[in-house]
Amino acid sequence: MGAQPADETILEFKGVSKDFPGVRALDKVDFDLKRGEVHVLVGENGAGKSTLIKILAGVYPPTEGEIYYQGDEVDIRNPKVGLNMGISVIYQEMNLVPYISVAKNIFLGREPRRKWIPFLVDYPRLHKDAREILDSIGAEIDTKVNAVELGVAQGKLVEMAKAFSIKASILVMDEPTAALTQKELDELFRSIEEFKKKGIGIIYISHRLEEIFDVADRVTVLRDGKVMATMDVGEVKNLDEIIRLMVGRSMTAYFSREFLKEKGDVALNVKNLSREGVLRDVNLHVRSGEIVGLAGLVGAGRTELARVLFGVDRYDDGEVEIFGKNLSMTPAKSVALGVGFIPEDRKKEGLALILPVKENVIIASLKKLFPRGLINPAKQSKAVNEYVKALRIVTPSLMRIVRFLSGGNQQKVVVAKWLCTQAKIFIFDEPTRGVDVGAKAEIHQLMNEMVKQGAAILMISSELPEVLHMSDRIYVMHGGRIVKELQGDEADQETVLKYAMAGGAA
Amino acid sequence: MLIRQYLALIMRLAVIFIIAAILGVARPEFLSVNNFINVLRQSSLIFLLASGLTVVVLSEGIDLSIGQVLAFSACIMGYFLKTEPMILAILVGLGIGALCGLVNGVLIAFVGLPAFVVTYGMMWMAQGFALMFMKAEIIWGFPKAFRFFGAGYILGIPVPVILMFALCAVLYLVLNYTTFGRYIYNIGANYEAARFSGVRIRRIQIMAYTLSGLLAAFAGVVYISRINAVEAGIGDPLLLPCLAAITIGGTSLYGGEGGIGGTIFGAIIISLIINGMNLMGIETYWQPFVVGAIVILSVAVDVLRAQKLQTT
Repeated sequence: MGAQPADETILEFKGVSKDFPGVRALDKVDFDLKRGEVHVLVGENGAGKSTLIKILAGVYPPTEGEIYYQGDEVDIRNPKVGLNMGISVIYQEMNLVPYISVAKNIFLGREPRRKWIPFLVDYPRLHKDAREILDSIGAEIDTKVNAVELGVAQGKLVEMAKAFSIKASILVMDEPTAALTQKELDELFRSIEEFKKKGIGIIYISHRLEEIFDVADRVTVLRDGKVMATMDVGEVKNLDEIIRLMVGRSMTAYFSREFLKEKGDVALNVKNLSREGVLRDVNLHVRSGEIVGLAGLVGAGRTELARVLFGVDRYDDGEVEIFGKNLSMTPAKSVALGVGFIPEDRKKEGLALILPVKENVIIASLKKLFPRGLINPAKQSKAVNEYVKALRIVTPSLMRIVRFLSGGNQQKVVVAKWLCTQAKIFIFDEPTRGVDVGAKAEIHQLMNEMVKQGAAILMISSELPEVLHMSDRIYVMHGGRIVKELQGDEADQETVLKYAMAGGAA
Repeated sequence: MLIRQYLALIMRLAVIFIIAAILGVARPEFLSVNNFINVLRQSSLIFLLASGLTVVVLSEGIDLSIGQVLAFSACIMGYFLKTEPMILAILVGLGIGALCGLVNGVLIAFVGLPAFVVTYGMMWMAQGFALMFMKAEIIWGFPKAFRFFGAGYILGIPVPVILMFALCAVLYLVLNYTTFGRYIYNIGANYEAARFSGVRIRRIQIMAYTLSGLLAAFAGVVYISRINAVEAGIGDPLLLPCLAAITIGGTSLYGGEGGIGGTIFGAIIISLIINGMNLMGIETYWQPFVVGAIVILSVAVDVLRAQKLQTT
């Protein structure tokens, strides 16, 4: 490796199609990847990105078309064939074994053995080799810690190191940055540079379009299973152009909010809130009619704060007041008081995926609607229908199993659940993670509408543009504390980042 | 969704029909009215005991203690039947069943112990109580009024069969048209999401396990009334057919999917198979093997289906 010229094509898809019952997921796709380039793949959910990756990884066979690898036609029958060819896929979710060390994860199944006793792992060499690989991609991670202790970003780096150690020639990264903050992004991008230098081709899928300019050499836009365009990043004038290709219509990247001049009363008031090892002396308030952004790096304590506020976790010290009432809380009490929580991981904490839309929307309102415990089906359907319509949730019926809805519609189901309870305070944790551009604008518009009707919203987001565009005020967290409060109009990316990264000490 | 539900129903009816057809051809006496009623009566005993377990399984729990809780409560009940008014004896029996379930529920929901361990422990504790109480005695010969529950008829239909359909209807309404029922499904489908939606999970879990204990004791009433005797070991072979009925009935061991209606079909299918094996003259030693294999097979179908859902 490395001897070949840098622009040699290692992978080529020619007219590849994939049919599933009733849908054509990919339609005569031409796609190629060169040595040492980052080829970004963008498209709305359902555009065919995952299908393309799965065909490449050998999970699905293509319905028609040819795949060439280093000039030869190949048949990637199953994932093992793909792996042996040197195709390494890093999925969105962490794929490491939690309770073994970083070094062991990198060399899982290929650990160096002791010279004379071949069934014993040569630990000194294992850690030495792991160190070398991590250094070569610029990752400063202790090889001896267990994978479970790693942050999301570090996990990605370890998976990249693993790909590197098996001499992968193609690295696929599926939304690697969904959970990362700016600083972690920079680290990841540095490592990607190292991969490029070594002649590895990278296919990079992302919903964060801004990243195209940070990492891409070329961009391919997919829509409805077809390639709309492939271009060098130098040819891309602005993001609007990409968005137009993705959705087939022109749209500004962010919905512009209407800010209310008159705010309501304080709905949520937090005084000197502390939780051992997580939160220190947190003070904040949210009024009706405003969106308050909570910015900070991953690990700054934002989600932890949200969990405490909602009553999922306990706090050691301080006060939480909801509409002036001071309570030690459980989620059940919070719900009764009119608080709704849209969690970061909707599949784990927000939805019962195997149950129908109806069930997911009504669950939090059952107690209020039917205090005697008997359900009136007509009343239930009416309540659900109202919010499904109001939020324009795209579903063939109320009985549709939620698993089969798109990410954006799933997120709307979670919001509908809380609107149905007549909640007045909403805690949004990463409201638009993993939803496509169209649904994102819709969710922003919805939040705008909600505050106009008097809701108080506390919004956690790792996406700085989202925080800056949507918030009336912004609190920046660092190390479990709120280090700065900024008015929406005085905040900009640099200021927020400065406080988020250094806690304002710089 | 609806089509899928009906499809499952049709498939179960088809299985019943096919088994009945094969048996009918092989053994004409299978098709007699007497035998038909016999099969239904057998399934009613399985169903009564499996009904509470169905609710627990829907909430992604498990209750391994039902057989022995039945035995324990039935022994005490049998003892009191000899000396006290019938109503009192039954109430004491039901109370003991509910109490065992309550203890299960509290240990699982509040102490946070795994349901498997708690109910397995309870199984042996209930067994132990029953043995200490009975000391290998058999109590038999119950009052005529008491025999009505297990051996009586209304309009030519055995009382246990009527109780089966009545209990099924009640539980169907509870599971689908009460908030308790919907919480059961939601907890089973996604525990965390239910918690984040303000559901008081622990309360619901305790109710589910208490119900399971109570219904086990209720099944005990019918059971000892039918056989007109009770001893400490009557509950031992009962858990397996119940589990088989539930899994054949399409209730997922991962919770959140299925329902009480399926358990009736499951109970009938299991009874048919056992009845068929008896009629064909297959030695009874084969029964545990066959029923055990059915449990694994139907859970395997469930798991493979779930995996298929995951990948598509």
